[in-house]
Amino acid sequence: MGALEEIKSETQVVGLANLETFSNTLQALAENDKHIIVVTSDSRGSGKLVPFGAKFPEQLIEIGIAEQNLVGVAAGIASTGKKVFAVSPACFLTARSFEQIKNDVAYSDNPVNLIGISAGVSYGALGSTHHSLHDFAALRAVNNLIIAAPADNFETEQAIKQAAALDKPVYLRFGKKNMPHLPSTAERTFEFGKGREVLRGEDLVIIATGEAVYPALEAAERLHSGYQLQSSVVSMHTIKPLDYDLLAKVAQKGVPIITVEEHSIYGGLGEACASFLMENGFNNKFKIIGIPDEYTVTGSQNDIFNHYGISGEGITQVALTLLK
Amino acid sequence: MTERELKRKSVEYRKKILKYIYGAKAGHTGGSLSCIDILNVLYNSVLNVSPEDFDSPDRDRYIQSKGHCVEALYVVLADKGFFPEADLETLCKYQSHYIGHPTRKVHGVEQNTGALGHGLSLSVGNAIAARLDRKSYRVFTLLGDGELPEGSNWEAALTASHYKLDNLCAIIDHNKLQISGRTIDVCNTDPIDKKFESFGWAVREVDGHDHRQLREAFDSLPFEPDKPSLIIAHTVKGKGISYMEGQLKWHHGVPGEDQYRAAQLELDEVMETI
Ligand SMILES: Cc1ncc(C[n+]2csc(CCOP(=O)(O)OP(=O)(O)O)c2C)c(N)n1
Ligand SMILES: [Mg+2]
Repeated sequence: MGALEEIKSETQVVGLANLETFSNTLQALAENDKHIIVVTSDSRGSGKLVPFGAKFPEQLIEIGIAEQNLVGVAAGIASTGKKVFAVSPACFLTARSFEQIKNDVAYSDNPVNLIGISAGVSYGALGSTHHSLHDFAALRAVNNLIIAAPADNFETEQAIKQAAALDKPVYLRFGKKNMPHLPSTAERTFEFGKGREVLRGEDLVIIATGEAVYPALEAAERLHSGYQLQSSVVSMHTIKPLDYDLLAKVAQKGVPIITVEEHSIYGGLGEACASFLMENGFNNKFKIIGIPDEYTVTGSQNDIFNHYGISGEGITQVALTLLK
Repeated sequence: MTERELKRKSVEYRKKILKYIYGAKAGHTGGSLSCIDILNVLYNSVLNVSPEDFDSPDRDRYIQSKGHCVEALYVVLADKGFFPEADLETLCKYQSHYIGHPTRKVHGVEQNTGALGHGLSLSVGNAIAARLDRKSYRVFTLLGDGELPEGSNWEAALTASHYKLDNLCAIIDHNKLQISGRTIDVCNTDPIDKKFESFGWAVREVDGHDHRQLREAFDSLPFEPDKPSLIIAHTVKGKGISYMEGQLKWHHGVPGEDQYRAAQLELDEVMETI
């Protein structure tokens, strides 16, 4: 793993929005595969899929504003052997269509790739109807579904390619903000269910997912430059199945563990880690950072992150308290 | 309110919608401009609601199912005195109560909407409760034409006619556009009138920018006894700003400085002729 300075300069290289990487990847896949089918619910613009639709008009099925129908139809298409991507804002896709996901996709084992766009609080001031702070929690309780939140463009591209190749129901969520690249010194491998330790350190472990990984790296940088503390930072892109091996490995250091997610503090990455750690006898100091159980403050995604401490500063403060 | 007063109000409301969207650098411009004449007529000559009596169980209910066009609602509520208009300067800003969809934290808002396809069911619930309580208030809800494919709308439409809710009036802001394109191209719902009629509703069509036609329709509610009423209001998305009218990109487009000035100027010129 690289030196922090190196990482700092690398993470300042801002890539595309993961959303954009998703649509580029999907287009590249469709070039050679007419079985790639995209299903949208008046969401092709927000899903950056207008070029896809123009290029492969037969491979984009527009449903209109009807997300339950979107998922049911996607499951029906997938059952015939096509590689289906059902694309809709994460908030509607996972709340409105929950029963279709549970029964028609997961239970019936129709390998739909559910793509939750503008996830978490990406919609900012549009408010709670448009936030998806429940999706990990709700979907974790559904059997037979991979749940992942890629952090950067690399993880997104890999996740899309592997989801397309996998004959299994998958839920992927990401935002629309341009994302810095995670350190290239980290191992360039991606596999569902295998977290990536993108930074190594012995004083503290920060486990984050999706767009919360970057603030975790910022915190690591602050903790290093201000307090000479070395943090291990894990991009836990897959929420389910969770990487228990990696969790056990980092927990064995005996140092405090902080989890960070763009999700309710209930039922997401943090609680998934906590239950594993408790059941396996680990007693590391532990703190879940996420969106608390309240009316989410109004503001941009950035405002909301800062308000609830999903930020370099916020995570640093929590770390220093745990390390006291 | 006289017809002239209503006309002037609509221009004033359009100016304010643009002002606050411009200030927030966010908002649903096209759909707010297409529905503002409907809200104008509702709040200024139909609904029995006021800031003083907003907790009255007898008030009429207005639920905006197309919640994304909250700017139209906020501007009208401010004008009716539900809150100081200056509050809208905080629209969508950090820690504001004025988020980009209707929220009950704002005085005068009945329900938290924003996910499409909820308003009609909520309204059916209000209308059923009015019956149970032997109350004579009426329930109004505004839907977008793009949101009609949500199945919940059709479930609610069935419940409304099953319970003979003639105290319920739904209005469709039929601006023929949604986000991705023309509504007939995205998911064709035509003929809307026949569909609702076959679901047991009484339907009328009006020009949704003609205050007299709107008022006449509201004045003759219910259109048929024992049936819920539907007004299909034919509108133009972006109405009133020539460069926005019928243009897809103004669904949630925010005007730049020059565009903003040109829009305000166009409205000022219209105001002078009224
Ligand atoms: C359940 C749900 N799905 C998707 C959206 C995203 N969305 C917001 S506005 C809109 C288009 C609405 O079109 P229409 O109902 O015609 O509204 P209008 O033209 O009046 O703006 C969409 C898809 C949403 N708010 N809720
Ligand atoms: Mg419309």
